[in-house]
Amino acid sequence: MSEIVLKDVTKTYDKRNTVIQNLDLRIEDGSFTVLVGPSGCGKSTILRMIAGLEPLTAGEMLIDGKVVNEVKPGDRDIAMVFQNYALYPTMTVKGNIEFGLINNKIPKKEREHRITEICETVGLAEYLDRKPAQLSGGQRQRVALARAMVKNPKVFLMDEPLSNLDAKLRGQMRSELIDLHRKLSATFVYVTHDQTEAMSMATNVVLLDRGVIQQADTPFEVYQKPANVFTAQFIGSPTMNLFCRKDVAPYLTAQLPEKVHKIGFRPSRALPVADGEQPQNSLTVSGKVLTRELMGSEIIYRLLSPFGIITFKTFNEEELAPDSSVTLSIDRHSMHLFDSDGQRVEE
Amino acid sequence: MKIFSNIGKTICNLILLLVFFFPFYWMLSTAFKTLGETMTFPPALFPANPQWENFLHVIEVIPFGHYLINSCITTIAVVVLQMFTTIPAAYAFSQYDFKGKPLLFGLTLITMMIPAQLVFMPLFILFSQFNMINTYASLILPFAGSAFGIFLLRQRFNQVPKELLEAARLDKASELKIIWKIFLPLSRPVLVTLALLTFIGKWNDYFWPLVLTTNDTVRTLPMGIVTMTNAESGTPYHLLMAGNVLISIPIIVIYLFAHKHIIKAFTYMGDK
Repeated sequence: MSEIVLKDVTKTYDKRNTVIQNLDLRIEDGSFTVLVGPSGCGKSTILRMIAGLEPLTAGEMLIDGKVVNEVKPGDRDIAMVFQNYALYPTMTVKGNIEFGLINNKIPKKEREHRITEICETVGLAEYLDRKPAQLSGGQRQRVALARAMVKNPKVFLMDEPLSNLDAKLRGQMRSELIDLHRKLSATFVYVTHDQTEAMSMATNVVLLDRGVIQQADTPFEVYQKPANVFTAQFIGSPTMNLFCRKDVAPYLTAQLPEKVHKIGFRPSRALPVADGEQPQNSLTVSGKVLTRELMGSEIIYRLLSPFGIITFKTFNEEELAPDSSVTLSIDRHSMHLFDSDGQRVEE
Repeated sequence: MKIFSNIGKTICNLILLLVFFFPFYWMLSTAFKTLGETMTFPPALFPANPQWENFLHVIEVIPFGHYLINSCITTIAVVVLQMFTTIPAAYAFSQYDFKGKPLLFGLTLITMMIPAQLVFMPLFILFSQFNMINTYASLILPFAGSAFGIFLLRQRFNQVPKELLEAARLDKASELKIIWKIFLPLSRPVLVTLALLTFIGKWNDYFWPLVLTTNDTVRTLPMGIVTMTNAESGTPYHLLMAGNVLISIPIIVIYLFAHKHIIKAFTYMGDK
């Protein structure tokens, strides 16, 4: 059991700047929970409060059902991987990994055993005597991971650990982290501003904006049923198209509930219509193709419609030339509806 | 144009070299002269016959060994004590938030601006009231702390990434261990420089032993060398300079070992 519960947590800096107000959050035991949101949304602060590196201004933090507000970071049975790795520059790889074990008074024999095992897992066996400065970014990342893993913690905290790696290595490390989570079955709390990272790794996504949880659910639900306009536009690439109901009304052949104020749809759900076809129960609009981006398996277009620019994408279909005219149709069931407060309208 | 600027630079460097090197050379040259040669006009740049026995003479004329031991005891004690006091103080100023920190740090820095000549009288009275004149303590205790050292180390400690400290705390390291295992190894050049500057300052110190001693019991080498001026035959410049050469040797040797660290401390403070 290593469930983390934040009850009515508030964090204020310098008595004025409130970053997080009355936050309630439950991170399930064994989950891979990703805290995601734009810069300054408070996600790193939450992680640091779980680690015990930032004191809570108000509220309670529970790990395993025990209040840990006053428990020191070293006594919380957690390990953390930092964005810039935070490896001890004057110690060797082995020294870095061993430091926490020595402080926890693990006997030498046990230490050696654990280090050998971990280093084989993460592929560091031949670098044990090197200093961090002599390693590549990916290798340093592995040392940071090994340093966390070797402690067998109940909770792993990760603060944007992949942001300093190049795209290819990031993809590889992403799969390795998913594997690692499966193997260790510990609770992972992962902070990122990259929604792709969040969606691909998480079992639970907690989407934050200005210190407030916008939605906490599985990645699938967050994508399929965004709880509000912010979530709808933050998750998904390219971002969801969103228009005011009154602007699109002339092109709408579907019946919508009264309180719907905004209509959103994913770029992949705006489908080109063949000549002569007249889709019903949908939003159908014609326009001129402005730009075309070939992404490999898909092509992303920007279309100038009478009510604004629509982004849409096609998969392995024939190319549309810039400046050509296209009619797009969005089925009623592909629409996301929001009220005047920006909240999802459930049907 | 480049040639002119290069020539200008070289000339400037030469002048600087002369300004700093000449007194040193003059000490060395005089140390090998005879008393007569030190008096001639115009002064001779080189001794006609290098007098190696001047050095032997210095050691015989004054209780050189006694002064040397006193110098070693006071200097090493001051260096060690300063490390004991400045490291924790600098760490606290750099890493902890506590009430009155800016004020305390400001007060610490202000002590650097008070000239020694202002405080020697109160200090002398204080030590004499405690019957501590002519003891090692009187030469060591006034230097047990160093505002400059606290300032210099704090600057270095401030540059240590916050994440390292946090990682260590998550690794359950005690504060002492964090200082010892993480901050000090990262601050080695600054520590070496600080130790060396303290060493030189204390080793060469003439003023404080002069004020706080009234007899030879704990007097150090710089004062010991000066006692030779009391000789009836006038000031034996050649012996004084030979004594000074002997005093300079440890500093030069230590500098040769540590100069890489010193240059590092003052030119490049970043560690990746």
